[in-house]
Amino acid sequence: MNDILAGLAAALRLIVTLDAELVEISLRSLQVSLTALLIASTIAIPFGTLLAVQRFRFRRSVIAVLNALMGLPPVVVGLIVYLMLSRSGPFGVLGLLFTPTAMIIAQVIIISPLIASITHQAMRELWAEYHDLLISLHATKRQRIATLIWDGRRNLLTAALAGFGRAIGEVGAIMIVGGNIDHATRVLTTAIALETGKGDFALALGLGFVLIALALLINLGIHALSGTEREGRW
Amino acid sequence: MAGLLPLTLTDAVVRRNGKTLMGPVSLTLGGEGITIIIGPNGSGKTTLLRAMHGLERLSGGAADWALPAHEANIRQAYVFQSPIVLRRTVLANLRFPLDLLGTPRSVANAAAVAWAQRIGLGRALDTQAARLSGGERQKLALARALIREPEVLFLDEPSANLDGRSTREIEALLQQCQAAGTRIIMATHDMGQARRLAADAIFMLSGHIHEKGPAEAFFGASRTPELIAFLNGDIVE
Repeated sequence: MNDILAGLAAALRLIVTLDAELVEISLRSLQVSLTALLIASTIAIPFGTLLAVQRFRFRRSVIAVLNALMGLPPVVVGLIVYLMLSRSGPFGVLGLLFTPTAMIIAQVIIISPLIASITHQAMRELWAEYHDLLISLHATKRQRIATLIWDGRRNLLTAALAGFGRAIGEVGAIMIVGGNIDHATRVLTTAIALETGKGDFALALGLGFVLIALALLINLGIHALSGTEREGRW
Repeated sequence: MAGLLPLTLTDAVVRRNGKTLMGPVSLTLGGEGITIIIGPNGSGKTTLLRAMHGLERLSGGAADWALPAHEANIRQAYVFQSPIVLRRTVLANLRFPLDLLGTPRSVANAAAVAWAQRIGLGRALDTQAARLSGGERQKLALARALIREPEVLFLDEPSANLDGRSTREIEALLQQCQAAGTRIIMATHDMGQARRLAADAIFMLSGHIHEKGPAEAFFGASRTPELIAFLNGDIVE
């Protein structure tokens, strides 16, 4: 119990004094995870929608694989990205290992299946509702997908937030590909792991509370912006 | 401008999961006016309408318009039995078919506003369409179908579940369209409505056209005992 109280106190102290290091790693956490979210959403949302709209031969298999990939272990993703980006790997010449870019790549791989899968679930229902109308109006495939994404945007927000939650709280992959280098690739989660290892539980907990607060703020902020809970929108 | 009609169905068959839903049906629809399709539940009215509109893939036979398919498609419209409204405002719903065609925004908006006023939703432009009542939704769906000024309009029981007043408004709108040259093909369960609107009529029974003809002969001097029974309100299967 004392540890938790000390952690709260540490968190307060860090926030009130706007600790330079805390601000730096928090901003890096946000930068990495929001960039990963943006890239993953750009890929996964149209892909998930396409899966709902398009009939093709291996559709069921693709969906099954996608659902399985939602449970992809981050450590393994980290390991594979590491091998790809390491000097002897196929993309070694790019020199990306132990940079925030490498961390973004790993997170995109981790959250894309999650976002695509939730998108597919939501879009399948909307497609069932709109199917006849869009066929009757002779909408092109591109128009069908655009209509579903636009009208289902509130459901897609859930998908994106789930992806963001997984990205910002993820530690296994970014630890491996980022290396937790001070002032370069240290983010909140890797810092927490480090401080815990060092036995500085108060600081680790403090960082933990900051992480939770950050995730909550982002969620609330996006909801407020999009007016999800506003009455009378549907 | 070359006309869309006549529509010719040649031995059209619709089968789903090994079950024949309709056909074979052969039919030519030309001319003008309102064609009413009646028949018991499951007799294939909806399937026939959907097959004509191209929503239902034919398992056999053909449905041909006087124009090539891609041209024919955008010159017809369909109003579904339970209105499909987009999760958007009334204005955006009405504008949607024009948006898909790439109509300039100002033109599409003007047309949508004009139609909203025509169906009595002029004050509800910014209301979410899902908040409308059943009658309002059906009128919205009808206006949205008409906004591309189709040459042929299909309706599947547009006034099922509507009260007298909404039904009358919809019928008035249909008659205006018909007078303006739109060919209307409509399925209905409401025999009063059928008699009020029909120029000619089709009686569907177990997937086939059982009897058809001009309204006067159809309702006044039916030839088949099934149609006579159906018009009398007996249960026909």
